[in-house]
Amino acid sequence: MNSSCSTTGETADSQVNHWVPQTAVIREITPEVNDVATYQLALTDPAAAEAYRFVPGQFNMLYVPGAGESAISMSGNPESPEILAHTIRVAGNVTRSIAAMKVGDTLGLRGPFGTSWPLEMCAGRDVILVAGGIGLPPLRPLIYRLLAERQQYGQLHLLYGARSPEMRLYTEEYHLWSKGGLEIRETVDRSSPGWHGNVGVVPLLLERLKAFDPAKSILLICGPDLMMRFTARAAMQRGMTAEQIWVSTERNMQCAVGLCGHCQLGPEFICKDGPVFRYDQILPYLKVEGL
Amino acid sequence: MGKPKLGVFKFASCDGCQLSLLDAEDQLLAVADAVEIRHFPEASSRMEAGPYDIALVEGSITTPHDAERIQQIRRDAKFLMTIGACATSGGIQALRNGADTAEFMRAVYASPEYIQVLDKSTPIAEHVKVDFELRGCPINQYQLIEVIQSLLAGRNPRTPRHSVCLDCKRRGTVCVTVAQGTPCLGPVTQSGCNAICPSYHRGCYGCYGPAAQPNLVSLSTHALNEGASAAEVSHNLRNFNVYAPAFRNESQRLTDQIKEQN
Amino acid sequence: MSEESQTEIARSCFLSTEQFAKLFEVLHALDYEVIGPTIDQAAIVYDRLTSVDDLPRGWTDIQEPGKYRLEKRGDDALFGYVVGPHSWKQKLFPPVSTLSVADRTDAGWQFTEPEQELPKFAFLGVRACELAALKIQDRVFIGGPYVDPSYQGRRNKALIIAVNCTQAASTCFCTSMNTGPRCKAGYDLALTELADGFVVEVATPEGEIVINALETQIATDENQRQAEAARQQAVDQITKTLDTTDIRDLLMSNLEHPQWNDVAERCLSCTNCTMVCPTCFCSSVEEVSDLTGDHVERERKWDSCFNVDFSYMNGGLVRNSIRNRYRQWMTHKLATWIDQFGTSGCVGCGRCITWCPVGIDLTREVAAIRETQT
Repeated sequence: MNSSCSTTGETADSQVNHWVPQTAVIREITPEVNDVATYQLALTDPAAAEAYRFVPGQFNMLYVPGAGESAISMSGNPESPEILAHTIRVAGNVTRSIAAMKVGDTLGLRGPFGTSWPLEMCAGRDVILVAGGIGLPPLRPLIYRLLAERQQYGQLHLLYGARSPEMRLYTEEYHLWSKGGLEIRETVDRSSPGWHGNVGVVPLLLERLKAFDPAKSILLICGPDLMMRFTARAAMQRGMTAEQIWVSTERNMQCAVGLCGHCQLGPEFICKDGPVFRYDQILPYLKVEGL
Repeated sequence: MGKPKLGVFKFASCDGCQLSLLDAEDQLLAVADAVEIRHFPEASSRMEAGPYDIALVEGSITTPHDAERIQQIRRDAKFLMTIGACATSGGIQALRNGADTAEFMRAVYASPEYIQVLDKSTPIAEHVKVDFELRGCPINQYQLIEVIQSLLAGRNPRTPRHSVCLDCKRRGTVCVTVAQGTPCLGPVTQSGCNAICPSYHRGCYGCYGPAAQPNLVSLSTHALNEGASAAEVSHNLRNFNVYAPAFRNESQRLTDQIKEQN
Repeated sequence: MSEESQTEIARSCFLSTEQFAKLFEVLHALDYEVIGPTIDQAAIVYDRLTSVDDLPRGWTDIQEPGKYRLEKRGDDALFGYVVGPHSWKQKLFPPVSTLSVADRTDAGWQFTEPEQELPKFAFLGVRACELAALKIQDRVFIGGPYVDPSYQGRRNKALIIAVNCTQAASTCFCTSMNTGPRCKAGYDLALTELADGFVVEVATPEGEIVINALETQIATDENQRQAEAARQQAVDQITKTLDTTDIRDLLMSNLEHPQWNDVAERCLSCTNCTMVCPTCFCSSVEEVSDLTGDHVERERKWDSCFNVDFSYMNGGLVRNSIRNRYRQWMTHKLATWIDQFGTSGCVGCGRCITWCPVGIDLTREVAAIRETQT
């Protein structure tokens, strides 16, 4: 379905037992905001570490024995896959267990899984990245990649919405990203003292975006279902088509290889056919309540 | 910080759920090692006052005295968990709810004036806030250990909410309703017992209470279409979880139907 | 056996009832664990067989929506029934299995494959609809980019002895799904039962080895004629139909049809239909830890889209109503399965109809949607 996406699924080695995790060790933990931290992991098996490659948009299954597995997007630089960054918000048993870990502790890792952001579609176009809350980490590998090959793309925009100014992720990197040619616009749901920026939902940022040629742009969105739909609608009102919009979807991913059935949305297994979809392909199912 | 303090408390019940905890032996020892048991009448004569980090409450509230006692336990407990059908839905003794308790008293006791009892047997949650309800008559010891371990580990307990049918099928048990016409509450009852009764060719009695989003009306409508009487179907719902809202409402609906027809 | 190893032209012979009884010794001598029909719990189930006497000789099954009963046939037929509550997926995709093992060591967690010897099954009595179901699960577990090693190992070792249906139940609709009742492919041996023996079709070298260990005769024209008549009887008895014309688009363009609310009034969301379905493959994984927590196994268990918590995500349920769960099951089975695997997920075996405790019949639900499509 996503022929323009590189899908590890299509090239998966059928001889590998995808159920057995690799051992990964925590090299570094960076607290980000309340309940969110970034974990730099390294595979302990040298051969596995050497062979590991991922593309922006993909995820790993992180495993804490006794607690279970959780699908976590890669949030680091794909050019340095020897260190695997995962920005994790405490949400359930697994992420709570990870939050209790320290540098040097080990956990299980399966991956990478899923489709990637359509880099080849970005070339020569204006690229607008839209993230809501914890939706920024899955886009960060793409930001690194776009900035590393800056000359290949037109304008680069990041429209980011967070619940509050304190919940904004990676703020210490914004300076570098701006200098590299990424225009960052932010908004928050709730203001707090010292915040002089926008207050309101993310689609507003898109509506206000000036000097933007819908015809030669591509929009990549990651956030809650509803936020993605409203953002896409705003983009379409400004003249973009659904074929120019890509979204990263989320469902209950358990096996990550399309064998357990949990993450289905219409005909798609979000874990292996997604998480990144072209909007026109997933919209018919995304818009049906309770599908 | 010391070990978490655990208290086990009994109200109107048969003690079977406390016995389940004692039956767990190996696991219990591991748990006992991780907590300080300050109050557990079934296991020890040592009874120390609160506060408790975890209070396990067995039994339903049936007397004015118990109604007061549970308030104190709630005040003393950080985390209050009910164990079993009595504490969670009122138990088999809730069969008296809706009937004439005074008449029962006259029939049973020589001097009913000495008995102080409430009109209804009610679940703990009707009196105080309950943090977790563990189903079953009796409870499943592994589920109890799982909940305690999850509390100690700070994670959410894994106590599945699916129907008994799923467990029958995993075991390879053939459906007793479809193959033998035996009435069974399995499709509307929460898992927890590993579907033990159907494996002995008996229908499910609903010991673990209503499953999430149970469709009682459909199950009884089908039974009536198959020739069962409303009285029989209603009777099957009147068991250890008779006062659980889903079972209670459907049983009442059928009883009302019978009254209308007469 | 695998699909590829099957030859186009099947050789045919006649196996007497006496010789058939020796099949069990032959299979056991070849180290096969024989799984086949036997009577247990008031039904014909699939279980381990030791001899011909374990077969349901002289019994048949009467089926209708929500009802299954065994009855005496009045003859000594060994395969004179249709299909029961079990399916072969029990053996290839077991209800509970271990996926991986974790051990805490000085160097941290170490992960390994579970040590397990894969069983070598001979499946005896596989029906045409079940051959189709095996092929569908092959696509799910072996045919995609990710292979399930346990299923693949069991499947590759399994010997498939099909037995053609000579009768049908009121719940059968394999003719609508184009899967039967005649066994056409996907077997090592296919049998058609006659009064005094079997007409055997030998399709693979593995089947040859087994049949060569038995005394067979040339299948006469009369044998073949009787076999054909017996098989035709099954065709003639099928009354249920499912109109599959454009069924994918029919269901996917009627996702808000009022019929979903109607069926939700009746559906118990009890998971029975998915559990008895020979193609349903949903599962969940549980952590099974020893008391120390230093040895943890990941256990895969059958699960179902009808389980209320199956779609749990971020503190909420995606499919938080019976309507949405029934819609998920039926649209997956009959519609989106085609997108995913290039085939319907339904083989027309009728199990979901028979074993639904309230007798919901998916063919009638589809018909209701078709009649009043929006």
